[in-house]
Amino acid sequence: MTTETTEFLAPPPDTPRRLHADPGLPDRVFRTVARTGGGLVLAVMLLVGGFLLHRAWQALDRAGPSFLTTESWEPDAGRFGIAAVLLGTVLIALVAITVAVPLATGAALYISEYAPPRLRRTLISTVDLMAAVPSVVYGLWGVFWLEESILPIARWIATYLGWIPFLRVDGADPDDPLAPPTVYTSSTFVAGLVVAMMVAPIICSIMREVFSQAPAGEREGAHALGATRWGMIRSVVLPFGKGGMIGGTMLGLGRALGETIAVYMVISQVFTLQWHVLQTGTSSVSSLIALRYGEATPFGMSALMAAGFALFVMTLIVNFAASSIVARSRSGAASDA
Amino acid sequence: MTIAPERPALRPPAGQAPAPGPERRRATGTLRASDVYAVLGAAAAALALTWLLFARLLPFSGAVGFVLVAYALFLGLYALLVSFDEDGPAVRDRIAGVVVRTLGLVLLAVLVFVVAFTLWEGREALVHLNFFTEDMSLAGPLEPLDVGGILHAVVGTLEQVGIALALTVPAGIVCAVFLTEVPGPFARLVRTVVEAMTALPSIVAGLFVYATVILSLGMERSGLAASLALSVMMLPIIIRAADVVIRLVPGTLREASYAMGSSRWRTVWHVVLPTARSGLTTAVILGTARGVGETSPVLLTAGFTAELNALPTSGAQVSLPLATFELVKSPEPNMIARGFGTAAVLMLLVLLLFVLARIVGGRGPGQLTKRQERRRSAPVPPRSTP
Repeated sequence: MTTETTEFLAPPPDTPRRLHADPGLPDRVFRTVARTGGGLVLAVMLLVGGFLLHRAWQALDRAGPSFLTTESWEPDAGRFGIAAVLLGTVLIALVAITVAVPLATGAALYISEYAPPRLRRTLISTVDLMAAVPSVVYGLWGVFWLEESILPIARWIATYLGWIPFLRVDGADPDDPLAPPTVYTSSTFVAGLVVAMMVAPIICSIMREVFSQAPAGEREGAHALGATRWGMIRSVVLPFGKGGMIGGTMLGLGRALGETIAVYMVISQVFTLQWHVLQTGTSSVSSLIALRYGEATPFGMSALMAAGFALFVMTLIVNFAASSIVARSRSGAASDA
Repeated sequence: MTIAPERPALRPPAGQAPAPGPERRRATGTLRASDVYAVLGAAAAALALTWLLFARLLPFSGAVGFVLVAYALFLGLYALLVSFDEDGPAVRDRIAGVVVRTLGLVLLAVLVFVVAFTLWEGREALVHLNFFTEDMSLAGPLEPLDVGGILHAVVGTLEQVGIALALTVPAGIVCAVFLTEVPGPFARLVRTVVEAMTALPSIVAGLFVYATVILSLGMERSGLAASLALSVMMLPIIIRAADVVIRLVPGTLREASYAMGSSRWRTVWHVVLPTARSGLTTAVILGTARGVGETSPVLLTAGFTAELNALPTSGAQVSLPLATFELVKSPEPNMIARGFGTAAVLMLLVLLLFVLARIVGGRGPGQLTKRQERRRSAPVPPRSTP
């Protein structure tokens, strides 16, 4: 009896009401269309990735772990691997980043902190435009101008810094002024410089965007405490923009890893581990594909797919790392990099 | 850049102090005569000292070494000169200023040089009118520059990019609207996958289309295959840029529209998309600029021909970057000049697209063009739809 009464008196526990709003037919149609569009795009993207993996599997299955350690590329003879091409790709990208990041940082700081305000808009437009210049144009410049003009610099580095292992050039004789300069052409160094010029505007434009977002109040605070302009940059602008700098660099690295045409035009492909960045002959995954796709047998095609897939995985990791760094940094809240 | 005329309603009435604007950076730094003297003196001393080292004292030679040594000496001497009047932090400030300016100017100078070099080398081909009106079918490697041209490549580029845009723009914008307006776990998945696909190297996109469309489906190499490859590459770029722009639309505008009782698709159609229009156009144009300049997907899928082929569905069709790439492979100077001319045309096309993007996209969301303002101030015509 008592239990019955308490049950009767106790109000039912509070549960949130479910709001049912009928969106109406047009809205349901809109949602379906939007969802279908999204699903379609997802299907296409997964198809590309899945198909690559599927075709690559045949070659990966045959090669096994030796795919990562073999240097030569003779898929029809069963000996193929990406050790050499992957090393070449990474070295070209590293040379590019080493050259591009200081230049891009300097240019970004110059544009956002030092340039006269009247000039700033023009400089920003110039850098953004350069980021859109097709890579074949950079390739032309590399082949027809840079390759000859860089020879004295390559020779100078090899002569005075040749004791560092990766800067040594086999077969070069620094004491003989008439020695043929061909040992320095088509090298990782030249390809890296071309790619550096290609990615520097991309990196610069991301960094400049981040630097210009550094809060004006903190800048003025630093100046009010007696900081010089460089002191203000070191204590406010650079710490604020650190995430954007790292993210921009990694995005540039991703572009440098995947670059095809400019590299293909400059280098001469070799399939050995080439550690010496100044020595002629290097290789990259994308130029391997461009070089060999035409005469590939079905199995060779599968091997190329595997190489392409490895490249894709590498750029994917770099890009995701970049976007997570940018998103977690203080300046990343408003930047879309 | 268009500057929207100030609306009369926003102007403060006379006699009142204007409201404080948004926080603005004050221009700091002043130039003194002694700074200029220090720079000039250090430069003169560095040049003289380097000359002395190279010509008289040490067995150095070569232009590269001269520039490097002179620059290092300049930095040292400049620090010395500044340190006569200033303290440590000020000296570091001056040196950092010099280094930053040098790096910035070097990068900008090299970039401008890359473009100027291509235009300069291409000048011989560009002055001939036939370069724009003929194809290369009659021009052998040894023909002079007044025979043959790149009409076939211009037509190929326009058709391939046109088809790619027709495929990617509707799909891209619908997908971007889906990502922001129908949020949920599925939208998050799609966004992650799209972000991943922006990392797809362009040659792999070309390899995919080559393996599926050409090898598996048995289609011949054609402009259509090339535009499919370009679409695979451009789609994630356009979706990502459009997604960013649509997310910038202020939430208050959307909420106002919902509060007036309009449904979701009406809000998207009448509020979100018109507000984001200029940004969306910029996204599409910048994606186009990327697509126009891509060589590697086209290299694998379009084939190569010297003849004009206006039909994208059958037969090889060449585009501007591919033509550049193939022309400069030749050892003949005339073919190389044609290659540079083609690259110059390609670059002018990219420049045109870029200027277009700047004109359209210079405004933030919600800012109106002159035409829109005029239309808004005109009396509203009666609408037929309820």
